[in-house]
This record gives sequence, C-alpha cells and structure tokens, in this order.
Amino acid sequence: MNLKIYDNGQELFVKFSGELDHHTATEARKKIDRKYKNNNFKNIVMDFEKLDFIDSSGIGFIIGRYKAAKTRDGKLEIQNANNKVIRILNMSGITKLINCK
Amino acid sequence: MHKNYMKLKIPSYSSNESFARAAVAAFCAQLNPTIEEISDIKTVVSEAVTNAIIHGYENSVGEVIIECRIKKDLIEIIIEDFGVGIPNVKRAREPLYTSKPELERSGMGFTVMETFMDELVILSEKGIGTKIILRKIIGLKKEK
Repeated sequence: MNLKIYDNGQELFVKFSGELDHHTATEARKKIDRKYKNNNFKNIVMDFEKLDFIDSSGIGFIIGRYKAAKTRDGKLEIQNANNKVIRILNMSGITKLINCK
Repeated sequence: MHKNYMKLKIPSYSSNESFARAAVAAFCAQLNPTIEEISDIKTVVSEAVTNAIIHGYENSVGEVIIECRIKKDLIEIIIEDFGVGIPNVKRAREPLYTSKPELERSGMGFTVMETFMDELVILSEKGIGTKIILRKIIGLKKEK
C-alpha cells in the first residue's frame, strides 16, 4: 500500500495504490488521521484509481473517515474506483452514504 | 478422492493477509476462473484470515491453517484457527454485527463470505478455535 496525502488548504486528498485490507488500513488510518486532526480541513477526497483490492476491513476504514469528516460538517468523496472495488463498495451499502465518482 | 489440494500454515501476523489471499488465488487459477471469481475468492480468504487474526487470536500470535481442495469444478477452502472461538455464531453472521466496533470493523465479513461463495460453514467452539469452510463452483456463470 502506498499513500499520497496532500491538500489544497480546504480539502484533504489521499491517493491510494495497492491493497486496502486490515493490515494496510491500520497504517493508512494513522497517517490520514494525523494530518486531518492537525489541520482544519472539512472534506476528504479518496482517489482509488490505483487501488487493486478492498475487503470489509477497508470498508470499516472508509466509514471511520466518513464519520470523522461528518463531525466537522464535511464530506467524504471517493473517486476513480475500479469495477472490482466498486462491487465491494456497492455490496456494503456505503455508496448510499458516500459520493463515488 | 480429491484431485488436488494444498495446505499452508502461517502465524497470525496481519502482514500475512495479502500473502494468504494471493496464495489461494494462485492455487485456484488451475480451474480457469473468471477475473470476477478470482476477485471473490481473494476477498473471502481475506475476510476469514482477518477474522482469525483479529477475533480468534485477539492480541496474541497463533497459527492459521489454510487448506484448499479441488474436486472437478468445486473449490473448497478451509481456514482454521485455534483461538478463542465465536461465542454466538448466529449473531456473528448477522450483517453489520461486530464484537469490536472500537476497531472500526464494518461487521460485513461473514456477509461477504456468504454473498461471494456458494456455501459457508462456521464451526466454532469456545476456547478451542474456529474453522471456516467455504465452497464455490467455478464456471457456473460461463455455462449460463
């Protein structure tokens, strides 16, 4: 798992590449939360273009960041997820809560 | 008689999750699964192995055994741990139920296994461990 985290002063952007499971979510959670907590961003944008795999641990991780953004009246957006990843996102029902582009 | 089989034994390190699902997917490749079927198998193995690591062994390290058997177009995957066991299997199978909400668990693990496989069997005993048996017929969609 490789993460690229950057911001435009208002939104936090995270580009994922590799696989998002229980092991990699633990590390991603630490990195993203540190950056989010120390700044005043509202919205989080996750780019899944290079994400090859996700399981229910990854879903739990996404819901966790969705809740964090919600406590600041912000939104979480998911971009560029491939078909394999979209299937799991749809199955979990989170596409009803989170905007997936 | 089983046509082909394999057996893996790994310590319950979370870094082994990706190895476990990739190994099972590679073994299943001989059945010529579709990309979707391989993706399903990787996901369910990830779910079962993660459960063994997080719930079976909690904070300790134990062994996880992964077995695969192929019989014609049927793949059987068995994932076993010798951890704490599941106190209430019926409740554990309910969608969105998790015994560890503080760890950001989605509670979707068994739902994913049920959805992507043709059969899911959960055998668990308190203090002895948990055995998950997953079965799937490969190529069902191609024939339709």
